[in-house]
Amino acid sequence: MKLIEILKIALRALARNKLRSALTMLGIIIGVGAVIAMVGIGNGAQKEVQDRIAAMGTNLLYVSAGSVNKGGTRTGAGATQTLVASDVTAIVREAPAVANAAPSSSASTQLVYGNQNWATTVTGTEPQYFDIRAWDMARGASFTDDDVRTAANVAVIGDTVRQNLFGNANPVGQTIRAGNLPFTVVGVLTAKGTSGMGGDQDDGIYVPITTLQKKITGQDWLRNIMVSAKSQQESYAAQDQITQILRDRHRIRQGDPDDFTIRNLADVAELADQSAQVMTMLLASIAGVSLIVGGIGIMNIMLVSVTERTREIGVRVAIGATEQDVQRQFLLESVVLSLLGGAIGILVGIGSSVLITYVLHWSVSVSVLAVGASVIFSTAIGIAFGYYPARKAARLDPIEALRFE
Amino acid sequence: MTTMLAEQELAQQEVQEEYVAIRVQDVHRIYQLGENRVHALRGINLDIAKGEFVAIMGSSGSGKSTLMNILGCLDRPTSGDYFLDGVNVAQLAKKELAAIRNRRLGFVFQGFNLLARTTALENVELPTLYAKLEAEERFRRAKHALEIVGLGERFDHFPSQLSGGQQQRVAIARALVNQPSILLADEPTGNLDSRTSVEIMSILQTLNDEGLTIILVTHEPDIAQFARRVITFRDGKIRRDEMVTDRPRAAEVLAEMPTLEED
Repeated sequence: MKLIEILKIALRALARNKLRSALTMLGIIIGVGAVIAMVGIGNGAQKEVQDRIAAMGTNLLYVSAGSVNKGGTRTGAGATQTLVASDVTAIVREAPAVANAAPSSSASTQLVYGNQNWATTVTGTEPQYFDIRAWDMARGASFTDDDVRTAANVAVIGDTVRQNLFGNANPVGQTIRAGNLPFTVVGVLTAKGTSGMGGDQDDGIYVPITTLQKKITGQDWLRNIMVSAKSQQESYAAQDQITQILRDRHRIRQGDPDDFTIRNLADVAELADQSAQVMTMLLASIAGVSLIVGGIGIMNIMLVSVTERTREIGVRVAIGATEQDVQRQFLLESVVLSLLGGAIGILVGIGSSVLITYVLHWSVSVSVLAVGASVIFSTAIGIAFGYYPARKAARLDPIEALRFE
Repeated sequence: MTTMLAEQELAQQEVQEEYVAIRVQDVHRIYQLGENRVHALRGINLDIAKGEFVAIMGSSGSGKSTLMNILGCLDRPTSGDYFLDGVNVAQLAKKELAAIRNRRLGFVFQGFNLLARTTALENVELPTLYAKLEAEERFRRAKHALEIVGLGERFDHFPSQLSGGQQQRVAIARALVNQPSILLADEPTGNLDSRTSVEIMSILQTLNDEGLTIILVTHEPDIAQFARRVITFRDGKIRRDEMVTDRPRAAEVLAEMPTLEED
């Protein structure tokens, strides 16, 4: 029998039991819809993480003071005193892959303004720090190189600090107290929100590194150096160059461990990317389970249908249907069910993705790959779960089938 | 091997020369039902010529249905040969049997076996679908077959909208649509009242007059009388095989029958 005729028969058989066909399809619709929506949510989350990390700067490297071995006792990270201001200038001068570098050290402090106070972190750095982090001033300006040279009592404050100390008032030109020291606020940073690691980046104030070292901590070494590579691609080259420069400068012998650590944000980005991917896979596989359940639903209904239509099968065989004709008829029915369900499921999946974007404000991106895979997968389910019932129908003994009540 | 083929060819020629539609030679059919062996047919020999109208009678379990299934190529004999239009059907593959059922045989069942929610015309068209005919030809043939059984006007009715007699006529039209050489009717009047039964027999007699070979299974002697030849089965064997003398014409019987008040 011609395939198109078999298709017509299949469509009519399905149309005869509209409610049943619809309910059977619902399993596939939900399955495919869920896969598409879940993959969409996963991809959206992945993209958002990528965007945030990109906003932090994927070309950034954090050089931190490492541990040191003092007569067999190894200190924790950050205990070395070997990272100094001249390392920063050396890195900028000698490492070709490096665009810029800024020192940073920090301490905890209690800020006071009028009758408000706020505990936060005070970070000592140099003006280029804000360029490296691509961080703009909302008000005022950064402190200057002169301020660094003179260890001036000036500060740039983060948005969280501004909210807590000043409310809606303009902080620029006001004087705040950090511990016992008065600082004039010269600039307010734009709000950056939480970092990729979950910390509030806006909760802190920034002062010249010299001011911090001389007037607050009394230490002349650095905790961190923040470095920007010329591009994300060059960040690994920059990492190698910095390692070499610092090992030379710190006179670390061949084979001895570094007394500093370098964290490359490209690594972090990759890691975050990977974990987002794992999440997408997880969501997709949970949704995939519902697709398989939908497939079992199809098989169930096809088995019922074969039993119900035993006599019909007997008649068809008696008037000349071959086993292949009967098998194709039932197989096509289940493929039509699953494919139609898949098509509707795609629409439902895209629809719910759009809905999630508008209602929950999550970023959802529907992937063409997920749509394509759903079509292939639902067809495969139709064939896989329709095969056994169709085979059963084709193998029926026509004599028994004709006698079936 | 060559001698076997030669013999077979010879046999086929012989069969064709004699205008034999069906030749059954020493056919046995044994079912294995669990531990029991049921010997349903015990060596049947039967020749049916082209254009014959044979009624097969017998109580249930006599083997008449088993023979009918074998004649209809739905079952194969355990041993023995079955020549249909000169071809030894016992040796054919399933697919070839399907083609024979489709083109050379027409089936009429006791329970009509029409597809529900499918119009009379589409029911009749069904065998032409499996014959892979073009849509136009299918429609033409189905319409013609319905006209033969006197249902040309009701082609778009569903089985549920037709009386039992009309349904059986649709079934006969379906059996005729691929222009078979043999019509197999398994108790075609079993579900019908006596008047409608005679109507159906009248159609079968007309078809037979036009040259169609008909084999009819029935357990009603007065229905069997409409055939030309009656074969009686008992215990898997043919017990009687006789020609009908004084065959009544169904159309005449019908004219004499009292009409029921409603129909």
